[in-house]
Amino acid sequence: MSVDMIDRQFAEQLAAKKPPVTNKLVIFAWSGELDRIWPTLILATTGAAMGKETTVFFTFWGLFPLVKNQVRITGENWMQKMLSMLNRGGDEHLKLSKMNFAGAGPAMMKSLAEDHHVASPHELLEMAKELGVHLIPCQMTMDLMGLKREDLIDGLEEPAGATKALADAEGAITLFI
Amino acid sequence: MTTTTSITTRLDLKGLSCPLPIIKTAKAMKGLAAGELLEALATDPGSVSDFKAWAQSTGNPLLESTQEGGVYRFVLMKKETMG
Repeated sequence: MSVDMIDRQFAEQLAAKKPPVTNKLVIFAWSGELDRIWPTLILATTGAAMGKETTVFFTFWGLFPLVKNQVRITGENWMQKMLSMLNRGGDEHLKLSKMNFAGAGPAMMKSLAEDHHVASPHELLEMAKELGVHLIPCQMTMDLMGLKREDLIDGLEEPAGATKALADAEGAITLFI
Repeated sequence: MTTTTSITTRLDLKGLSCPLPIIKTAKAMKGLAAGELLEALATDPGSVSDFKAWAQSTGNPLLESTQEGGVYRFVLMKKETMG
């Protein structure tokens, strides 16, 4: 074996060890608060802008920001209705995880965001749709919380389960927010 | 390598915060033909590393990254094949 061949083999081995560029981003949006759904949507839109196939799988509290803003009470039974009373859905009714101060916190945050030309969660959701981000609601949570497809905004993909979410996450950058 | 081509698209992203400069740039880059240049002006200091990272990640060369009077100027070239 010549020195040249050994060199080439070594170079090939090195090249093979280089981690491949990950072209997929999957975010599990578990949280429904303003300060958590906001970075979720910033990362999702940015991932799509970087050319990554991007999916956001909305589960548990993460589903409520997808409720239409004009829909007030959701659910079939009193428990589900109570849930929506206490945890209003819609991307314009989000609370902060800290310093909420009965809504004063989010109002101040939105005012600051406007001053700094930061896109709102509502605008980011629209951008995500435009950029082709796959927005997938979790079917089981919808059933559990009594959220029907017509309670949720347009532009979402078919509700799906954990298997679909994990299958999409194969070989992807994954985040759980 | 850029002498034969000139800037065909100019974006004013001044005042916008993360992630808007990159999202608007990515959208505009989609409409460019291979080899065409895009100039973006931004005021978000984070855009310096964001544009560099976006260029590396997508493979569209960042030809210029300069700053003058608090305005960052970036020149990107559309690569040969990009969706």
